[in-house]
Amino acid sequence: MATAAPARPAVPSTALDVEAVRADFPILGTTVHGRRLVYLDSAASSQKPRQVLDAERTFYETSYANIHRGVYELSARATAAYDAARERVARFLGARHPHEVIFTRGTTESINLVAQGYVRPRLRPGDEILITAMEHHSNIVPWQLVAEATGAVLTVAPVTARGELVLDAFEALIGPKTRIVAAAWVSNALGTVNPVARMIEMAHARGVPVLLDGAQAAPHLPIDLAALDADFLACSSHKMYGPTGIGVLYGRAELLEAVSPVLGGGDMIATVTFEQSTWAPLPARLEAGTPHIAGAVGLGAAVEYIERLDRSAIRAHEHDLLTYATARIAEIPGVTVVGQAREKASVLSFTMDGIHPHDIGTVLDSTGVCVRAGHHCAQPLMQRLGLLATARASFAAYNTRSDVDALADGLERVREVFA
Amino acid sequence: MATMSELYQTVILDHNRAPRNYRAMPGATREAEGFNPLCGDKVHVWLKVTDEGRIEDVSFQGEGCAISKASSSIMTQTVKGKSVDEARTLFEEFHDVVTGKAAGEGRGKMAVFAGVSAFPMRVKCASLGWHALKAALERPNAVVSTE
Repeated sequence: MATAAPARPAVPSTALDVEAVRADFPILGTTVHGRRLVYLDSAASSQKPRQVLDAERTFYETSYANIHRGVYELSARATAAYDAARERVARFLGARHPHEVIFTRGTTESINLVAQGYVRPRLRPGDEILITAMEHHSNIVPWQLVAEATGAVLTVAPVTARGELVLDAFEALIGPKTRIVAAAWVSNALGTVNPVARMIEMAHARGVPVLLDGAQAAPHLPIDLAALDADFLACSSHKMYGPTGIGVLYGRAELLEAVSPVLGGGDMIATVTFEQSTWAPLPARLEAGTPHIAGAVGLGAAVEYIERLDRSAIRAHEHDLLTYATARIAEIPGVTVVGQAREKASVLSFTMDGIHPHDIGTVLDSTGVCVRAGHHCAQPLMQRLGLLATARASFAAYNTRSDVDALADGLERVREVFA
Repeated sequence: MATMSELYQTVILDHNRAPRNYRAMPGATREAEGFNPLCGDKVHVWLKVTDEGRIEDVSFQGEGCAISKASSSIMTQTVKGKSVDEARTLFEEFHDVVTGKAAGEGRGKMAVFAGVSAFPMRVKCASLGWHALKAALERPNAVVSTE
């Protein structure tokens, strides 16, 4: 008869093996200024695992040709690899169909495509575009461009001093003239996780579509866009362990069908005459020209990598790091954490009394610790919080508590230099 | 890599803590604002230039890192009493110091910024106040960006 197993601390079966993860990232073995690299700037861009680098290299070495062109075997292989990447990304995001995934250059291009191709033709003077006060410049400026061109107005839902969206005010701002809501899922500057399911419900109750800036959500949170009933989502490969130069616009099929092409060219047409051209079906219609084929292959490998680690496990690991880091740096005299939302993901923004974030960044760099210092492309949010800049540490699956310790030690060094 | 003490020299830390000529200037004859769009830092420089082209008074205010604040502070001390032409030459000299092109280490207190040349990401911080000065000398009401 089996004896009862001894009680063990509760460790989820999918807990992340961080040392194994770190071994996948060749760059983590490098040094800067003779120190172990402590990379805490994944919110700006993540590092790349061997699996992604290998996928691109293998693709170029064995299967590369242009897609949708050649009658030869190699082009068929390249096309199959490109299509497979789209299918992987569609599954990863919880899309209903692969053609709901459009490959772009990144989050910025995806948002601009919706702004120019979908929203702009529907705007009349006085119409409203609703964003939040915590948007990245890439979810502000594209809307200013279409507002300026059409006479529409940008309205901004407020955030609290803790860095949370004021949900009542957000709801009240969705009016009869609101044509689109565009909001960050996760704030790049503060780490705030917005209640996007509620926000989508509120907007849909008034018949308004929602674009989510998913740049900071895609690498960190489980995502099921069909369940969420999201209309559009933009994200970037390079923030989710994939290559630079490629990103995604997800759109519900019926909405993407209504997006006018912004770029015309090869591969996006059905027929072309000098009088008139007709468009190819989705997704090709919105992907003019030869795309970043190898980038798509790399992104496909990246989302496969994230799925293999398990997004819930990544989330739990990063949550542990964020909690530990918040406690560690709060012990340091003069440090103030900026952004104290109840739900946060992977971002720790902070200031130090009398010491500019750039100086913090330079001294930390001398100890091997990479953080971002500045306004994080969110100047209106910084103004709202009465700040010009913060220092920001951000975490990924490959970070450890000892990285956080290095940050805390580095901040003690900052205090010594500016004592 | 240059050490932190080579970059953050005592003189720089002192000017950061207590910047000189840090005030608005009513009755300025020229002024300019400098922005660093990369980091959001800004500096406002005021000048009183006599009809003979001499910088009678110079002051600044702004938000920025230790390097940028100390540099603006030392800039005001360096150009005060100089002619407009001399100030332009000093701008060039300063630029050579922070980009590592200076034969020596530059004149006077400028020498403390020689360490910046080892930190290319920080050259713009060090130059912000000087760029605003140059803009104010060239146009009476200017806004200048480091980008």
